[in-house]
Amino acid sequence: MRSYLDFEKHVAELEAKVDELQALGQAGEAVEIEDEIGRLRHKADEALDDLYAKLTPWQKTQVARHPNRPHFNDYISSLFDEFTELAGDRKFGDDAAIVGGFARFRGAPVLVMGHERGSDTESRLRHNFGMARPEGYRKAVRLMEMADRFDVPIVTLVDTAGAFPGLDAEERGQAEAIARSTEACLNLGVPNVSVIIGEGGSGGAIAIATANNVQMLEHSVYSVISPEGAASILWRDSARAADAATNLKITAQDLLKLGVIDGIIPEPIGGAHRDRDAVMASVGDAVAFAFDNLAGLDRDAVRRHRREKFLAIGRNIPQ
Amino acid sequence: MNWITNVVRPRIKGLLTRREVPENLWIKCPDTGQLVFHKDVEANLWVIPGSGYHMRMGAEQRLKSMFDNGEWDELSFRDVVPDPLKFRDEKKYVDRLKDARTKTSMKDAVRAGVGDLDGLEVVIAVQDFEFMGGSLGMAAGEALIASLEEAARRGAPFILFAASGGARMQEGILSLMQMPRVTVAVQMLREAKKPYIVVLTNPTTGGVTASYAMLGDVQIAEPGALIGFAGPRVIEQTIREKLPEGFQRSEYLKDHGMVDMVVHRHEIRPTLARLCRILTKAPALQVAEPIRDTDVVTEEELPELEARAAE
Repeated sequence: MRSYLDFEKHVAELEAKVDELQALGQAGEAVEIEDEIGRLRHKADEALDDLYAKLTPWQKTQVARHPNRPHFNDYISSLFDEFTELAGDRKFGDDAAIVGGFARFRGAPVLVMGHERGSDTESRLRHNFGMARPEGYRKAVRLMEMADRFDVPIVTLVDTAGAFPGLDAEERGQAEAIARSTEACLNLGVPNVSVIIGEGGSGGAIAIATANNVQMLEHSVYSVISPEGAASILWRDSARAADAATNLKITAQDLLKLGVIDGIIPEPIGGAHRDRDAVMASVGDAVAFAFDNLAGLDRDAVRRHRREKFLAIGRNIPQ
Repeated sequence: MNWITNVVRPRIKGLLTRREVPENLWIKCPDTGQLVFHKDVEANLWVIPGSGYHMRMGAEQRLKSMFDNGEWDELSFRDVVPDPLKFRDEKKYVDRLKDARTKTSMKDAVRAGVGDLDGLEVVIAVQDFEFMGGSLGMAAGEALIASLEEAARRGAPFILFAASGGARMQEGILSLMQMPRVTVAVQMLREAKKPYIVVLTNPTTGGVTASYAMLGDVQIAEPGALIGFAGPRVIEQTIREKLPEGFQRSEYLKDHGMVDMVVHRHEIRPTLARLCRILTKAPALQVAEPIRDTDVVTEEELPELEARAAE
């Protein structure tokens, strides 16, 4: 079952017709149907192509949150070998909103961690929809420090609406946990590469995305506040989310122009969920390329590179 | 240049910007409702006499109250692009900035200075909540980075008075980037092995607490300040429950191990001075004159005594 977004209605209709005709064809009704199917499929592809070539920031937000979009666990199973998950912050508990462990990436040992949102009701609840509590960030700090000790590079996959805004999270120091995790990223003497695979939600994202190299998938978004949140605060009307999304400049294309990210990873037409294998391959290549560019830097140079990169952000924006 | 711009406009402006009654004479305590004389509150460092409620304090007043003799060298900061996103909600961001500048006479939300605190050189930065809620944008980020760098360069302790609603939404992702950027500068101060002391004041929330404002070597909070990551309203909406009394207040944070101490405003200056001296191994301040035999005159004192005698 494919699920469509609101603005994909036209494509949905065309593809439904294709499916219908195919069913008829299988029932052996007519031969000319083949041509008609080909024609319709071509039309649907074109419509999708057109649509995705000029998605608005709000539409991109919806694509980034698409229920069928590949999540952390999908990347783990197709891009990494020997993934060995490590759990717990050694202080209070284990937070499944951030998953992490050591693995092999194209043969080389890495620490890979990121937000997992879950893919059905049960797993979504278990992973708290990818919204981490302090334990998630404290686990991230623990794993990053361990990777640093063993001189193992780090890949993070970012996909969160934001850190969890709950009573228990506040009680256990959500703000401090995020701050320490960002600081831990900046302390690393091993290179880290971060990919925003869906939604990069504010502090909850930056805590593990303060990296030597930050990539974004073509239709992912990265923002200081969700468009809905900004709309309800600045326009006092959460229905103005589309305006907020446009004003906030949250798309990969905008962020590359602003010098906040280092690269954009292309997605298949119609979004990552339409061709998972293709998107996995592109992400793998982009991560490998980013590490290649950082190879040869010693620990001090890696740290300096990251610091200078962040200090330079915003200093070269044309008036 | 005609009479409309030269005569009428200033008059209209004058009408619109006329100040309310010269300095509100009375201040109502937000806690008890009691009316207090403005001058008394000001003289009491903006703590309501009686109830002890800590009012917000502006950057100017704060700096003045911290440095010896109220004197300091103001730090200046690099200019930033004023409106990088061309942001517009119900109002243009450039207009909001203009209004905030008129209202506060500040360029942006952070001011900082170098000066002495009980004789010891320190750098102090203050976030002013009156300037767009003390929000953290590029200008505030650059100001904090420059202040931390200055402290590291001078080998001086750095003290931050935090007050902020969080990141400045109108600068989008660039405001989020100030979290790691200022953290880089905090690390520089750590490497210089100089103390970083944070005083959390009412309110400090969002991206500011989720970065440099919770990374102090020592974390001090003023009584009753709201300190947290998410705002209380957002949390209530998430968990659909009323929050307990005192939740996210300084005293609650202390109970949960998130700050070192809750300190009354009157005691903050001596507390900071003491901590800075101990952490930089400066000699203790002599509280009272040392007792000595008045008949014994040292060699250094002789010329002065003779001069005095000659008068």
